[in-house]
Amino acid sequence: MDTWLNNGFPRSLTLLLTIVCVCVGGARAQTPSTCLDCHAALDPPLQVTQAQFSQDIHAQKGLSCTSCHGGDPGKADMDAMSKAAGFRGKIQRNQIPELCGHCHSDGTFMRKYNPSLRTDQFTQYKTSVHGKRLVQGDTKVAVCIDCHGVHDLRPASDPRSKISPLNVAQTCSRCHSDAKYMQGYGIPTDQYANYNRSVHHEAMTVGGDLSAPTCPTCHGNHGAAPPGIDSVKNVCANCHVFQAQMYDKSTHKVAFQSAGLPGCVVCHSNHDVSLPTDAKLGTGPEAVCMRCHKPGDICDQARAKMQQDLTQLDGAVKAADRILGVAESSGMEVSEARTEQDQARDSLTKARVTIHSFKTDLVEQDIHAGLKIAAMTQAEGQAALAERDRRRRGLGLSLVIILAVLLGLRLYIRQIESNASTVETAELRH
Amino acid sequence: MFAALRDWIDERFDWAALTAPLREKAVPKHDLSYWYFLGGITLFLFGIQVCTGILLLLYYRPSATEAFESVQYIMTRVQFGWLVRSIHSWAANLMIFTAFCHMFSVLFLGAYRKPRELTWITGMLLLFLAMGFGFSGYLLPWNTLAFFATKVGTEITGQVPIIGHGLKVFLRGGEDVTGATLTRFFGFHVALLPGLTVLLLLIHIALVQYFGMSVPPGVEARWKASPSEMRQMKFFPNFFLRELMSWYIALGVLGALAAILPWELGAKADPFAPAPAGIRPEWYFMFMFQTLKKIPARVWFADGDVLGILVFGVAGIVWLLLPFFEQAGGRRGRRLVLGAGIFALSYIIAMTIYGYMAK
Repeated sequence: MDTWLNNGFPRSLTLLLTIVCVCVGGARAQTPSTCLDCHAALDPPLQVTQAQFSQDIHAQKGLSCTSCHGGDPGKADMDAMSKAAGFRGKIQRNQIPELCGHCHSDGTFMRKYNPSLRTDQFTQYKTSVHGKRLVQGDTKVAVCIDCHGVHDLRPASDPRSKISPLNVAQTCSRCHSDAKYMQGYGIPTDQYANYNRSVHHEAMTVGGDLSAPTCPTCHGNHGAAPPGIDSVKNVCANCHVFQAQMYDKSTHKVAFQSAGLPGCVVCHSNHDVSLPTDAKLGTGPEAVCMRCHKPGDICDQARAKMQQDLTQLDGAVKAADRILGVAESSGMEVSEARTEQDQARDSLTKARVTIHSFKTDLVEQDIHAGLKIAAMTQAEGQAALAERDRRRRGLGLSLVIILAVLLGLRLYIRQIESNASTVETAELRH
Repeated sequence: MFAALRDWIDERFDWAALTAPLREKAVPKHDLSYWYFLGGITLFLFGIQVCTGILLLLYYRPSATEAFESVQYIMTRVQFGWLVRSIHSWAANLMIFTAFCHMFSVLFLGAYRKPRELTWITGMLLLFLAMGFGFSGYLLPWNTLAFFATKVGTEITGQVPIIGHGLKVFLRGGEDVTGATLTRFFGFHVALLPGLTVLLLLIHIALVQYFGMSVPPGVEARWKASPSEMRQMKFFPNFFLRELMSWYIALGVLGALAAILPWELGAKADPFAPAPAGIRPEWYFMFMFQTLKKIPARVWFADGDVLGILVFGVAGIVWLLLPFFEQAGGRRGRRLVLGAGIFALSYIIAMTIYGYMAK
């Protein structure tokens, strides 16, 4: 080895190879950054650790501190943060949306990283309440980093992200539930508490349905604004399509519009939307119709008719379920009736949707269809129970016959054995 | 009419000579004679299985798309179809139960001893075949529970060293449980296993007839000491009629189970759905399943599952050859076999109960 190294040519070759390796290796690695060397040791808010930054989607895509803050991390100490090195320092809050938009609004640039990501966030932000107030000089409003985070920014698909469906409501609530922070804006601060009680929140957290509505679903995200009175129905209709179609046919649509009432919200509320029950059509504490209508008027009569129809079908479905349940627990095969029963349940659901047309004849059609199926399945359940009883009677009869045969056999065995012993005894006497 | 038929046969085949062995055959009569009926009841239940199986074949369709629906059709639309299917399922379980009881009664009454070694071996092979019937038949309704239990069962087969993977692929008809597995299991259930069973059953019965009923060692010693105590009964009609009574009792139990607790069908198997909680095999595989579940992943240097399967495999072979081990064991042989029998019975009962109690 020594001989080999001492040879002039191989030594130069070794040197050359080393240089090539360092250059290639350096080019492949991330641009060396000295920023974190110092910032990891600083106190918050200036602290940024390697562990934190390595989780950032931008860092993972190869971007570095200089992409936003400028400067030259290749230089030592404060020279890295000199104006000559293009250092921008801490970005002012009112400049953040524009800075982010610099890349995120550039379709050609973004295509390299994520071709499916939209590039209209900044345009939308400018139409939002947040964006408009920021232009007016209100720096308390949300800018990109307030929702997305900074230095450890994760995509919405990451469940740890502040904007993942499971976390985004809490992210909004950090400002919107803070009464002190929201002072002066004239809007309530109980939206998050109300939302947490809603059927939408339950679907998301208990049901695990990540497509269930959360703040941005109704308000928009980058273009966040409260839906206007006229657009409430359109917002709800994104999911509740058939209810919206029925509402469009109803007299309420015109009446609410002319009275300046916000459509769906009038009966269902906005943030604390509870699971609607048929009691909403009633006259009890949950009832909503009687808030506006007078007892005995034509609308009250229609309300009473629709509630009665729903109660009737609900009762018929439950009665059929009960009978099928008893038959099933007795071991009878009623899966076909169970499948038919699902259709009766569908009719009930459809009738509850048709309620939004507030037309009794339309509701009646669904109710009749459901009642017909429920009567059929109930009859099938009763037939299964009758068949069960018939089988048990047949079993009883069979068991009686089997017992009689057993008794007969026993007596016959006793008789032939008794005869045999008599013969043996007689033979012995002879 | 019966006399005329008898005369007709007598003229051609000599009825008296033909039935002489039946008339002359005698069965030992003692306090433990009723254990003899277990073999007969198992045979009776096998007969029921054959009859109800043939009836089910008239409507059953062995494909993943039609199997479940055809069983559903049998249970809801075919006259007495529910009864036939229920009896087939219950009789299968009762048959394996009585076969196990028969095996342990033979073991504890010493009926496997020389010269009846081959009777024991054919009987044990019949028990293995009965379990094979159970395993293959379980999948045929193509319901969720059966689908995933078969998946787990065949997966365990895949753990057998060297031949495991090949065996698994052979049983499944591919890498996974699919319609091909159903068709294959159907073939095993209605052709291969019945053929083998009938063959072994004939040998088993012929051996029982040839050697006659065994007398338990204790009774045998007593009779030797005092020959006047020795009792016998005629096979026909005395023993046969008693056997007939035991069959009637089995029929009554079977009918009651089928009518009061009809065998459930469950939901159709969905290969893309996640396995439901609480997947477990039929009760007669439970002690093995529970043991494999409880064995640690690694035992010393060996894989826990592989070790468990090897232990059960070796235990099965030892059990099959038990009469020869007793003979080789000399004086202590009988005590060792009895001890092994008590241990095996206690272990099977305890692990089965544990398997059903454990969540």
